[in-house]
Amino acid sequence: MEVFLVSALNGLVYGMLLFMLSSGLTLIFSMMGVLNFAHASIYMVGAYLAYETSRFLGFWPALIVAPVICGLIGAAIEIWGLRRVHHNGHIAELLFTFGLAFIIERAVQMTWGMIPVPYRVPELLDFPLFTMYGLQFPAYRGFMLLISAGMLVAIWLLLTRTRIGLIIQASLTHPQMVSALGHDVPRVFTTVFAGGCALAGLAGVIGGNYQTTEPSMAYAMGPIVFVVVVFGGLGSLAGCFIASIIMGMVQTFAVVVDGSLGDLLRPIGIALSSDNFLGELLTIPLARIGPLLPFVMMILMLLFRPRGLLGTRDT
Amino acid sequence: MKCQPWRSLAFGVLALLAVAARPTNAADTIKIGYIDPLSGTFAQSGDQFLKVFRYVIDGINARGGALGRKFELVAFDDKTQPAEALIALKSITDQNMPFVMQCSGSNVGAALIDGVAKHNARNPDNRIVYLNCGALADELTNEQCDFWQFRFSGNVGMRAQTLVSALPKDLKSVYLLNQDYLFGQSIQKDTKAQLAKQRPDIKIVGEELIPFGKVKDFSSYITKIKASGAQGLITGNWGPDLNLLIKSGVDAGLDIGYYTYLSHLIGGPTAVGENGENRLHSVMEFHENIPVEQNNQAMEDFDKGFREKNAFDFSEINFVTMLEMVAAAVDKAGSTDALKVAQALEGMHMKDLLGNDTYMRKDDHQLIMPYYAGVFVRGVKYDSEHTGLGWKTETKLSAADLAQPTTCKMKRPAS
Repeated sequence: MEVFLVSALNGLVYGMLLFMLSSGLTLIFSMMGVLNFAHASIYMVGAYLAYETSRFLGFWPALIVAPVICGLIGAAIEIWGLRRVHHNGHIAELLFTFGLAFIIERAVQMTWGMIPVPYRVPELLDFPLFTMYGLQFPAYRGFMLLISAGMLVAIWLLLTRTRIGLIIQASLTHPQMVSALGHDVPRVFTTVFAGGCALAGLAGVIGGNYQTTEPSMAYAMGPIVFVVVVFGGLGSLAGCFIASIIMGMVQTFAVVVDGSLGDLLRPIGIALSSDNFLGELLTIPLARIGPLLPFVMMILMLLFRPRGLLGTRDT
Repeated sequence: MKCQPWRSLAFGVLALLAVAARPTNAADTIKIGYIDPLSGTFAQSGDQFLKVFRYVIDGINARGGALGRKFELVAFDDKTQPAEALIALKSITDQNMPFVMQCSGSNVGAALIDGVAKHNARNPDNRIVYLNCGALADELTNEQCDFWQFRFSGNVGMRAQTLVSALPKDLKSVYLLNQDYLFGQSIQKDTKAQLAKQRPDIKIVGEELIPFGKVKDFSSYITKIKASGAQGLITGNWGPDLNLLIKSGVDAGLDIGYYTYLSHLIGGPTAVGENGENRLHSVMEFHENIPVEQNNQAMEDFDKGFREKNAFDFSEINFVTMLEMVAAAVDKAGSTDALKVAQALEGMHMKDLLGNDTYMRKDDHQLIMPYYAGVFVRGVKYDSEHTGLGWKTETKLSAADLAQPTTCKMKRPAS
């Protein structure tokens, strides 16, 4: 029971981090139709910028500065990069961001080196929030939960309750009409792309010291973020949220559950050992394949419900 | 006689060509093809070793190299993928390099042993020696041992013996967590064997194999370890798999001993930081406070030179031994011919920079060398990666202590 509770909390924290990352991606995709491969790289840049800022100004300014810079980088990418390749179609955009991801990774390696940088949790938050069954729950994780929940509410309010949100939603479905009404549609796109990148940057600021800040962090987070977005339904913020939490929980609980697929067969009288046909596969403990489960789930989702959990169009 | 000028001209051109194609020996370098991850998840280890090698090779070249020729390192990226490594090997043999070297990943090492053996069998006039500087699974010098492979890093068995011999007497229960591939499985097996042999009083309360390089969040593993009631965690993880694991553990206040095999490598001390004080242990070829402990000024100076150039620790004293042995073998063989060099390497004895005995065992081509178990503490002369903490020796086992038996049945080429 205690293991269950602790794992549920850990899964929630990890899920929320995933959400912060993937929300920006799904936002960009739903508005612009661009699947941004460089998204996790912006997350990494956010973490490194936060580290640099926290060295000189402290952690709290970094919480603002790093996302803002990431947003500016995003705006620059959109104006001078994506907009130019846009008229060549989605494949060109995809390849553009794909290449960008490599360039950013290499640039980070050359600037900060290969080794992790000592980006630490601020002292103010470096204490155990509470102790549960002998394991501490760091205050910083509580803070992460708070930030990501706040972000969720803020995005939702922005998109549904403000005039800007209204224009953004309109330019998504009826760009010509919005343009005819006198709004600058390309600027709306730039704003959205910059906003998505700023969100990734924010995720980097709070994810960088929760995990480690190193050049491989983009590579590590990239695939799982795509899984979340595809699973939740491309372009659906709510679906993205649900998918993030599911993925966080699945990965956490897969580790904790002591069992294998073969164990499911035991009650019906089939005992497997690794000598049987497929026995090796079925007796692998779930924990050993835990991190692969999200990918299995994504494939199943694509096969049986290509639009994802709450998606409105097919992938 | 009419064509005489033409003929001499033709000879002259030919002679010129020959000179151009075969520069004199002194200007020619001895190339070592170096394959390791230089991009991807484990890029930091490849990059670290590359910097160490540059420093060590500069030292050997400054002293004159071998046969009056300098060594030259040519790096190739394998992304820790055996298939990529074999492509790199092809490129290395195409360029007629006499040596291929690889340090990260036993799965890659196993592929290279096989690849090199096949290449040498098919191309007897262009053979190559595989210098294994860090693919550590026992199997590589036992069941899979090969004449063309020389391993210059202590295998898992030797490291496990060192780690277990340094475990505190009051430790009664441990949890084993390793990466799910050749090396991690080897660690799991050898640690268990050594525990049964040296410390039958210690109970293994849990064991786990995690997907290699895939886990992003270790907190659930920490929960599991806590629930098992283990007093110590033994892990052979490296790279992000290690850094994230330990960080997750200390963040959750899991107050147990962390007995690692590789946490002294790049990034480990930074990721763990001061939370690792007196709790983090590692098994090392060398750490920077050993010269201080042993009053060895020459080695301390050597290490200082490295610290001035790099932001991480030097621990690979065996890399120095390796390249010194290779240089000595080339000198002895009088050429870089793979067979002659390999024969010269077999059974070679050499004192390492600390004056300890090491030798390349003829039976299995495993370098028999001493190992140190250390703990991460405050108040030592040289700290690691500017963390304020550094390593202190707990136990040292000599080469003689670590000469474990081998099951290798070496097949030697006739010529």
